[in-house]
Amino acid sequence: MVDMKVNLSGVVLDNPIIPASGTFGYGEEFKEFYDINILGSFSFKGTTKEPRFGNPTPRIAECVEGMINSVGLQNPGIEKVISEELPKMKQFFHKPVVANISGFSIDEYVYCCEKIDKEDQVGIIEVNISCPNVHNGGMAFGVDPKNAYDVTKAVKEVTTKPVYIKLSPNVTDIVSIAKACEEGGADGISMINTLLGMKIDLKTKKPVIANKMGGFSGPAIFPVAVRMVYQVYDAVKIPIIGMGGVATAENVIEMMLAGATAVQVGAQNLVDPFACKKIIEDLPGVMEKYGINSLSEIIGGAH
Amino acid sequence: MNQGIYKILINHEIAKDVYEMILMGDTSHITAPGQFINIQLDGFYLRRPISVCDYNKDTITLLYKVVGAGTEKMAAMRSGQELDCLVGLGNGFDTSLSGDHPLLIGGGIGIPPLYNLCKKLVSEGKTPTVILGFNTVQDIFYVQDFKELTPNVCVATADGSFGVKGFVTAIIEKLNDYTYFYTCGPEAMLKAVYDTTKSSGQLSFEERMGCGFGACMGCSCETKYGNKRICKDGPILVKEEIIW
Repeated sequence: MVDMKVNLSGVVLDNPIIPASGTFGYGEEFKEFYDINILGSFSFKGTTKEPRFGNPTPRIAECVEGMINSVGLQNPGIEKVISEELPKMKQFFHKPVVANISGFSIDEYVYCCEKIDKEDQVGIIEVNISCPNVHNGGMAFGVDPKNAYDVTKAVKEVTTKPVYIKLSPNVTDIVSIAKACEEGGADGISMINTLLGMKIDLKTKKPVIANKMGGFSGPAIFPVAVRMVYQVYDAVKIPIIGMGGVATAENVIEMMLAGATAVQVGAQNLVDPFACKKIIEDLPGVMEKYGINSLSEIIGGAH
Repeated sequence: MNQGIYKILINHEIAKDVYEMILMGDTSHITAPGQFINIQLDGFYLRRPISVCDYNKDTITLLYKVVGAGTEKMAAMRSGQELDCLVGLGNGFDTSLSGDHPLLIGGGIGIPPLYNLCKKLVSEGKTPTVILGFNTVQDIFYVQDFKELTPNVCVATADGSFGVKGFVTAIIEKLNDYTYFYTCGPEAMLKAVYDTTKSSGQLSFEERMGCGFGACMGCSCETKYGNKRICKDGPILVKEEIIW
């Protein structure tokens, strides 16, 4: 019997598999496919202070082994998430959830995190400072160490639960950002968000996405994510939730060897709604194949 | 919603670049005409959403147009090959609102979902009138199939090479006795139908989708009744809620 349990800042997960924010809504769509309580946890749709429609459509484009999205944080706003989505979720998901929070100012991050921190269902707060799809927004905080430090510190002051900061790969030096978050008091790092990308339609000769650019995700970005997790693992002591192109149980092991304590699965949920279920079912066999008894023992094993 | 493996029974060209594909497999999750399936193709990351033209106990008929690399790949597939499909997606048309004489208006590759709708309306004892619009005579498909369901089928071609010359709206303008309308086609046609029709109705929309089952919010639109996902809360919207 293999051991798949992992520990994220005191929150113990049955397995390291967490569907990534923005690919799993608030869980409702996936409960029609399988019992989502088999998951380690899941990270709910990026939530902001005010309700948002997001960007104009088209906001999806296909690429080789991946996709570009410019959804732009469509969500019903923090009040409705607390009054409607969380009570609904409670009916079908009985584990601590990862609350993904975005903002357009430090005040907004603080406002939302302070509120969500009081919700019993929330196990971890994941602060997204890296959405590539909002102007003057999340990403500005994620590309500058000083801003990343300030957001982290401000959020930590109003929360009691573990705070993980979700980082952007669209930076020159992700290590310095991660270190700034750790200095600001972050309990962990989530990485990576999508890579800024573009797809041009040869027929119209214009970008497919109305916003022109969007976040590139899917298996194509997996090596970039592994490399960055590896680099950040060397530089910080706090745990890392690794993500970016994860699609198989083998990818999960590779990501953990790079330094991830838990692993998020994003775009793959959209093309295969059973992706996380399959990964969880495949993991024991793949662990056995590579002589792994306990997943928590392989974290950072590649170093 | 169901994920399953579906076997291709037939896949052949029925008009210029338009193919009819018949799949065999579980159809129990299809609950209304106007729903779609989402097809995984080797070598493509995202699935291809295609509306259901018709279905029975164990087959699904799709009509699709070759417009890019994905549909080109589909067109090259042979009988006996298998496809991984998500089936029973979207809300579908609601026939309970149709009245006795509903009007069905289809444009080009938007026509397919109206076929099963027409069948259902006829089976409910209603007498639909069908207006089919195409660009030119080479594009025409399924006219005979519709005529076998209902005697009232009009065809318009933009260049006048078959049926009435002009757009579907020219025919709609002359009609007064319809109780409701259902339409699917290019967005410009939907808008023209919206402006021309005198009754309430339902319009089927299209948008680039990520997942097709409501998770990614890629295909959202704003309506008078709030934000809706074309894949999950649509693709059918009622006339009264649409914001152009």
